[in-house]
Amino acid sequence: MRINARTLPFLATLGVFILLYAVCAIQYPSMLSARVIGNLLTDNAFLGVLAVGMTFVILSGGIDLSVGAVMGFTTVALAVMIEGAGLHPLVSFAIVLVGGAAFGCGVGAAIHWLKAPPFIVTLTAMFLARGAALLLSTDSIPVRHEFYQTLSDLSLSLPGGGRLGLIAMLMLLAFVVGGVLLHFTRAGLRVYALGGNARFAGLMGIDTARTTILVYGVSSTMAALAGIIFSLYTRSGYALTGVGVELDAIAAVVIGGTLLSGGVGGMAGSLIGVLIQGLILTWITFDGSLSSWWTKIAIGMLLFIFIGLQRLILQFSAPTGRTG
Amino acid sequence: MKAFAKYGAVALMLAAMTGCGDKGGADKAADAGKTAGALTIGFSQIGSESGWRAAETKLAKSEAEKRGITLKVSDAQQQQANQIKAIRSFIAQGVDAILLAPVISSGWDEVLGEAKAANIPVVLLDRQIDTADASLYLSAVTSDTVEEGRVAGRWLVSTLAGRDCRVVEIQGTIGASLVANRKKGFEEGISTAANVQIVRTQSGEFTRAKGKEVMEGFIKAEAPGSICAVYAHNDDMMIGAIQAMKEAGLKPGSDILAVSIDAVPDIFKAMADGDANATVELTPDMASRAYDLLAAYKKDGTQPPKWVQTPSTLYLPDTAAAEYERRKDLY
Repeated sequence: MRINARTLPFLATLGVFILLYAVCAIQYPSMLSARVIGNLLTDNAFLGVLAVGMTFVILSGGIDLSVGAVMGFTTVALAVMIEGAGLHPLVSFAIVLVGGAAFGCGVGAAIHWLKAPPFIVTLTAMFLARGAALLLSTDSIPVRHEFYQTLSDLSLSLPGGGRLGLIAMLMLLAFVVGGVLLHFTRAGLRVYALGGNARFAGLMGIDTARTTILVYGVSSTMAALAGIIFSLYTRSGYALTGVGVELDAIAAVVIGGTLLSGGVGGMAGSLIGVLIQGLILTWITFDGSLSSWWTKIAIGMLLFIFIGLQRLILQFSAPTGRTG
Repeated sequence: MKAFAKYGAVALMLAAMTGCGDKGGADKAADAGKTAGALTIGFSQIGSESGWRAAETKLAKSEAEKRGITLKVSDAQQQQANQIKAIRSFIAQGVDAILLAPVISSGWDEVLGEAKAANIPVVLLDRQIDTADASLYLSAVTSDTVEEGRVAGRWLVSTLAGRDCRVVEIQGTIGASLVANRKKGFEEGISTAANVQIVRTQSGEFTRAKGKEVMEGFIKAEAPGSICAVYAHNDDMMIGAIQAMKEAGLKPGSDILAVSIDAVPDIFKAMADGDANATVELTPDMASRAYDLLAAYKKDGTQPPKWVQTPSTLYLPDTAAAEYERRKDLY
């Protein structure tokens, strides 16, 4: 890969991840085990899927604060449909995915045609989804359907007692599909164009309405998928699932080298951003004497460093941008 | 380009430093403990949302130290996902046992199944879980919340000694099983005495402010002098209620008897001042019982009972000053 202003943030993230893992592994050799790696992917599967959607949104120059609430709503909706109404899980999955897509498209449409800031519109969407989830049920509802058991037993065995669960594989698949969509299709190109300069993109004949609706549609669909994953992960539904997780997803995307202002970045970095967060928490748990709130502090410092790094890169690359 | 590389390198180093500091010493100590045959136990705690929970964590740490147990604590920040992650990490580390204070009741089957597969016993602390397979955990150490209410009710009946009494009740947050249990227990405690009856009951949501508000309402609604006792589901609401009584010109503790549950430091202060009459302890020392039953289980496979109840001790004003001193640093 050629090192330039676009790839440097990603390489820096990758470097941080490798360095972090090396330091952790020296201290706790068991962190190199396949079990820990399997855990890292499985435990952060829902966050990874959210980050896929969030990458689209941030690249387009927007933000989506509703994903955690949509995820929480999905877990409750699934529990109610499967346990309460007796629907088959696969039917319920289809319903929440379609519902999530429709919800996101509505959010995108509101942002485009009301010309409202994404922050406000998705904040509204967040309140709506969280409120609706709590209306459905304030208790945590266990899901005891046999099919859930079957799905959570599906896994690749890793050497050393580890396993790569279905939900980890779903997350990796989401990254691959999201990456292809973003980097190898015209729709993906339009997302970059929108984030680079929305007015310019419009003048160039890019359908900004369609692109905005697509971006938020993808984000909410991913949030619904994350809800399915979380539901499989805990085999239950709870309305307060994922409070604040949208901010973790945003942090993962930014640490992954995507500019918060849009137009620059990529999918692979977001995966590393998710894994870095998971790794820090794992390390703190292994240590066992530090407060786990240090995770937040470490993430905050990393974010700060990466935003500083991006600022520098922008400054250095500005002249070439103008002439070339 | 060179400039990028330079700043990039600086950023990398800084980031690496923020992530993993040098904690080699602690790790070595843990290893040394292990070779001595002591246990390493992982504790997945809900968070540090209340003084009681902070006390529970503190006691878990100090009791572990007394027994030579290496305790690894993970604060889940109220998120079930974090608790599951912590349990998985504990399993990956190969700890000898896991303590879990579950944030919600369902959703533990899979991760506890993994612990079981790895032959790591799990002891639940202070809350039960909702599962179809009770073999997923070794034992649960919790208080008997119905008994807490019963103790409070029985105290009131014996204190009144046959005198007629109209009781007002300040409940906790409606819908919590704890609240239903403390209500039921109190009703059982006073069921033997026809002279004692609950005349009003309302939720004070476990907070001081709400407790005060509810008590103000009771005082206005009831004829002056007709309330003889107040029962609050926790001490915080009682402290609010005491304030309301004082502001209405009543003397809590003598005009109106005050009994509540939890035994937090502030209620002992109130008892020492004569403003409250009794409290029933919900002990924060859950971990030491778990350590004892784990030690026995590890030594010769003694199966502990599935549910270990901590005692619900009644505290009265005579010991209040000493109890306050004993507890004030814990919370």
